[in-house]
Amino acid sequence: MLRDVTFGQYFPMDSFIHKLDPRFKILLTFGLIIVAFVSFNFYSLGLVAAFAVLIMILSGVPVKFYLKSIKPILIFVLITAVLNIFYISGETLLVEFWIVKIYLEGIIRAAFVAVRIVLLIIISSALTYTTSPTSLTDAIENLLKPISKLGVDTHSFAMMMTIALRFIPTLIEETDKIMSAQKARGADMETGSLMQKIKAVLPILIPLLVSSFRRARELADAMECRCYHGGEGRTRLKVLHASYRDAIALISSFILLSLVILLNILF
Amino acid sequence: MEPLIRLNNVSFSYPDENDTKIQLLENFNLEIEKGSFVSVLGHNGSGKSTIAKLFNGLNLPDSGSVTVNGMDTADESNMLSIRETVGLVFQNPDNQIVATIVEEDVAFGPENLGLPQKEIRKRVDEALKSVDMYDYRMHEPHRLSGGQKQRVAIAGIIAMQPECIVLDEPTAMLDPQGRAEVMDIILKLNRQLNKTVVLITHYMDEAAMADRVVVMDSGKIIADDTAKNVFSQVELLKSAGLDVPQPTELSYRLKKAGIGIDCDVLSVDECVDAITRKLLEE
Ligand SMILES: Nc1ncnc2c1ncn2[C@@H]1O[C@H](COP(=O)(O)OP(=O)(O)OP(=O)(O)O)[C@@H](O)[C@H]1O
Ligand SMILES: [Mg+2]
Repeated sequence: MLRDVTFGQYFPMDSFIHKLDPRFKILLTFGLIIVAFVSFNFYSLGLVAAFAVLIMILSGVPVKFYLKSIKPILIFVLITAVLNIFYISGETLLVEFWIVKIYLEGIIRAAFVAVRIVLLIIISSALTYTTSPTSLTDAIENLLKPISKLGVDTHSFAMMMTIALRFIPTLIEETDKIMSAQKARGADMETGSLMQKIKAVLPILIPLLVSSFRRARELADAMECRCYHGGEGRTRLKVLHASYRDAIALISSFILLSLVILLNILF
Repeated sequence: MEPLIRLNNVSFSYPDENDTKIQLLENFNLEIEKGSFVSVLGHNGSGKSTIAKLFNGLNLPDSGSVTVNGMDTADESNMLSIRETVGLVFQNPDNQIVATIVEEDVAFGPENLGLPQKEIRKRVDEALKSVDMYDYRMHEPHRLSGGQKQRVAIAGIIAMQPECIVLDEPTAMLDPQGRAEVMDIILKLNRQLNKTVVLITHYMDEAAMADRVVVMDSGKIIADDTAKNVFSQVELLKSAGLDVPQPTELSYRLKKAGIGIDCDVLSVDECVDAITRKLLEE
């Protein structure tokens, strides 16, 4: 049950989007998120949506995985939409009973907000689906380089992130195992008061913590055996470099941004 | 000839909970010859992992010295060359894999050595091919089987091109198929890639594949000889808390009962042959 978390999952493929420079992809993702936020009408948002669909197609990752990434936040989208329906007032009254008034504007606004959230999820999923965690952290290390001049240890920060990402699936699997083991011993995790539930979590948390420390010690040994000695003098298998693809993506995102601004002004 | 690894009068202790020292090794001597395939046997806590970590300076001796190709492990400036010469593979593959993509993990060692990108690429591809994992180079390690993960971990060490590979119970967490896969690779490391191999294990049949078997008991070497000579000392092995291979056990019991067959049989086939010969004689 814990195992089908898709967050941060990576689909190794060979698409246009996969081949973009990860540093650039991170900036582009942030750029698109901002563009989605500054789209104030359906024309401009529709344009962003079209762009997101284009990215989805170009990424080569099956659409069903994008739908899967939306699922966990569906409730959040629904609640936001419903709140909008009830709270926005306008001119075209559609339904009225008791103290509830639903306006056409409210429904439009709700749809608008829902589309915007879904777009944000699709855009950020496209980033993690097409970029391996290692390149992602490499890119972050690279983007943070200016800060490292101020004495911040960006290499260690990036290495910590890589290791954290590497161990998420391992620890999820282990949590699953410990939970099954405790259930087999008769542990009850679903019912009871809050206090009882907290007590039920302890027998899972403590073994997990103990084993994590053991893992950390062993991993440190293994890394030392492989001559790890910090970022100094370290070279990389994959060197980040921008190509004509990044230029194409850059130009098209600039066009997108200008069009969104234009549409916002026009309508 | 100078041995590849030499432990000379090594003493080693761990602090226990009350910070008093527990002496594990005392005046311990061991030499590993270049190109040899040595296995180390011993029951839990006999000090096998401790000596493995002494080999590449992960543990440093309290007194005495450990040298790798003549370089002292206690000298900090030798550390990288020593670890480049002697690679260590541990029991749990999950705790040795650093990266989230197989080939990126194999590249970790060469990257730390500061090799040029082209050379890293070449070594990664060669290492993955030598453990038959090349087709999985773009996979995520956590989706592989135990045997496959352990082969990736071995490839990570091969890619550093060490002279010697020390494996600390590399098959202990694997199912029979994974064990067989990994043992194939270990044999290949010694026989085809000419690596010096030290295999720490508590499986007798694995140890029997080595040219030389070292048996440890509470921090001491109690036997150090060819596999055949070591396994024929059934009483000694039992006193060290080890089980002997079944064919050896059988011939040992037959001998005790007064039916003498060649006592140094190791494999089931050899044992069957010896017994058939004996039966035909009578
Ligand atoms: N870091 C440590 N701190 C304290 N004691 C330790 C430490 N590592 C090992 N020991 C102790 O030293 C002894 C020998 O340990 P070692 O790991 O070398 O044995 P081993 O032969 O590898 O055993 P196993 O078959 O269980 O792997 C054990 O009694 C162990 O408890
Ligand atoms: Mg051990």
